[in-house]
This record gives sequence, C-alpha cells and structure tokens, in this order.
Amino acid sequence: MNKVLLGLLLGAILGAIDGMTAWFTPEARAEIAGIVIGSTIKGIIAGILIGVFARKVHSLALGIVFGLGVGLLLAFIVAQMQHGYYFQIMLPGGMVGLIVGYATQRYGHGPKLQQT
Amino acid sequence: MKNLSDRVVARLQAEMQLPDLSGTRYNLVRFVASGGMGSVWLAEDTVLKRRVALKVLDLAAPGGDLDVRLFREARILASLEHPGIAPVHDAGTLADGRAFCCMKYVEGQTLAEHIATLDLRDRLRVLERIAEPLDFAHARGFIHRDLKPDNVMIGAFGEVLVMDWGLAKVGLTSPAGEETEIATAVQPTHNGLGVTGQGSVLGTRGYMSPEQARGDVEIDRRTDIFSLGAILTFMLTGSAPADLPAAFGSVPRPLRAICEKAMALDPNARYRSAREMTADITHYLNGEPVSAYPEGLVERSGRVFARHRTAVVLVAVYLIMRVLFILFARR
Repeated sequence: MNKVLLGLLLGAILGAIDGMTAWFTPEARAEIAGIVIGSTIKGIIAGILIGVFARKVHSLALGIVFGLGVGLLLAFIVAQMQHGYYFQIMLPGGMVGLIVGYATQRYGHGPKLQQT
Repeated sequence: MKNLSDRVVARLQAEMQLPDLSGTRYNLVRFVASGGMGSVWLAEDTVLKRRVALKVLDLAAPGGDLDVRLFREARILASLEHPGIAPVHDAGTLADGRAFCCMKYVEGQTLAEHIATLDLRDRLRVLERIAEPLDFAHARGFIHRDLKPDNVMIGAFGEVLVMDWGLAKVGLTSPAGEETEIATAVQPTHNGLGVTGQGSVLGTRGYMSPEQARGDVEIDRRTDIFSLGAILTFMLTGSAPADLPAAFGSVPRPLRAICEKAMALDPNARYRSAREMTADITHYLNGEPVSAYPEGLVERSGRVFARHRTAVVLVAVYLIMRVLFILFARR
C-alpha cells in the first residue's frame, strides 16, 4: 500500500472513531451524523497531506512533527467553527495526526523508481 | 658418523620447508600457517607491490598428484569470482619443484575469533554474508565441503570471505568423473575441533554432514547447508555443534528451529539452498514468521507486538485517551 493511501485510510478510520465518540456527549448526540462525516473528512484531508509529506520526506521525526502539526491545525479550525471545546477537539486531532505521521513514515511504500 | 641434535634437525627441516621463490615475482615475508599437505606464506608481489598469500605444497607431501589437486583448487577459485571468495592471482611451480598457488592475503580474524565482539543481530547478518558466496558457488555447481568457523575470515573492514576451497567438489553441473577426482583434493588447515583427512572421509567433525561423514559419494549442496547450520549453531551458542542438545540455552526458538532444519539428518528435510536458509534469517531479523518454525497464537502476537511496538502503543494511548474523554464527558 502506498503512503498516501495508507494515510487516507488511517485518517478516515481514526477520524470516524473520533467523530463517533461524540455520541457519548449528550448535547452533541443530535448532530452525530454531521460530526462523524465532518470528522472523517478532516481525517482524510490530514491523512492525504501527511501521506504526501511521507512520500517526499523520509524522516520519522519530521513525519511525526508534521502529522502532529496538521492534526492540530485542522482540529483548531474545527474548534473555531464550534466556538469552543478546544481541548476536547485538538488533543485527539493532534493525536490522530501524530499516529498517521508515524504510520506513514514507518509503513507503506514510496513512489517506484523509474528506470532510465 | 656423528648424530645431529634434535634442535639442528628441526632447524634443517624448517629451512627445507622454506619455499624457493627464486625466479618468481614474490619475496617471502613470513610463515602464516601450515595445513595437512602444505603451508601458507605471506609474500610480497614485487611487480604489483602488494602482499599476497602463497599456498605451497610440502616437499615431502604424500601422493604424486597433489600438485594437480592444488592447481585444480586454483582453477576452482579462479572460476568463482565473488566478493565473498578470496581471489586467486597465480599458480605454478617453484624452482624447488613445489607447486604453489598465490591468493589474496586476507588480514583479519577468523569467524571464531570475531564473533565474540558481535551482538545477535550482527552475528545473523554475518551468516547472511557467509551464505552469499556459498549460494554463488552452488549455482555454479561447486560444493565447499569444509565450511567451519576457521574457514571464514572477517576482514579489517568487515568483509566476509569464505576461505579454503581445497575440498571443493564439482557438483552435478560438471562432467562425470570430475567429482571423484576432486573429492580427494587438498586437505585444509584445521584446529582441534575436527579431523580432516585424505581419503573417503573429508571435512571437519561437528561441521560435516552425516552423509559426508559416511563417505557417501552422492552428496550435493545440502551438505554445505548442514555445515552452514552448524556454523549458525556455533555463532549462537559459542560452542561446537557436537554439544547441540545442551548448548542452545536462551537462543530464540525460531533460530533454534533454523539450526535444526539446516542440520537435519535427512538431507531432504534441510533447506534446499543457502538462499532459502538466509531468507529465514532475514525474516527473523525483520520480525517476520520463519518457515522453519510454526509459531502459536501467543508467540505470533508477541512477535507482531514486538515488531510494531510503537504503533501499538500509540493506538493504545489514543484509545485510552478516548475512553477517558468519554468518562469525563459523562460527569
């Protein structure tokens, strides 16, 4: 599996899990479908960005830092839209970015070398 | 007539053993080692200004065709051009009538001396590199037949060389008849671990396959696989494979299984090639399942966890964090 696809899938899965946990917050339960979809899209975007980065840069440390940064940034944007819950949104968002950053550096293969 | 003292006789014998290098491009530097039928000398190539190893037959070497066998060994080495095999530069006859073979002089340690400084993973990587020239030789129809730690040299820059192809046998790819002739080839040097003799049984005890020890004519590359397994056992346990049942101790089970498969009494139960064996070693190094060892669910889980420890920990931390968030949200 290539790194971009790996990032996309992992971001989507973790994003969906992220969104589904909102069900345990009573006041958010009514909007659970929108939250899950939004969170999954956020995860996919983060996963693709981190996957592309992993394709270009082969460094575990930089991959983790980039993943964390992207996860936090996207989560911050979502928190801004929600007008609150910064901690509850940004901590898991950053964590998802970190995991995807690690996974895309450690696993998945890069672009195939072209023979000249 | 007056008798000569033992000391004088010994001195005379030593002088007689000195190869006469007059008329050659080599200058003698010093004695290196002696073997069953000859000796190895360090010499300087005066033309190319480099140090070389000269393998020279003894004057009183038994049998009349040892020079033919030495030249045959030289031809075998010449046909095996591989970074893991010390190249032969020259062969011929000295002024004193002794046959010689000039090879690359390898400065370094034998495997037996070197492995004490290596950890487990590095030992396994060395074994992979021993298997490379062996696989190369097998592909060209040669069987080494005397693989042992003393016949593997680790060079000053970490290069691994399989030495002493004096017992090498031409396998199935060569014309019939060649096998039997080379089967009684040059005796290699050896230490106290084993016996190398000329005749029907050739090799070193503990590293020699059962079929080779029996003197079977029909041996193939699997006899080297046995020796490779014995070398791996030695590298893992530090003791000669003769002590096999008791020596394994804390050696990981997959590695033990690799040794046991390589050293199976039945050649059909062994790895079919050195490459197949090293594939298992590589799998082990990569934390992947080893073909020689059918692992249980617990072992498989442990291996997968060990291989993906960081990823598992990260996901676990994430899930714990999520559970804590849920619990706090309910309050």
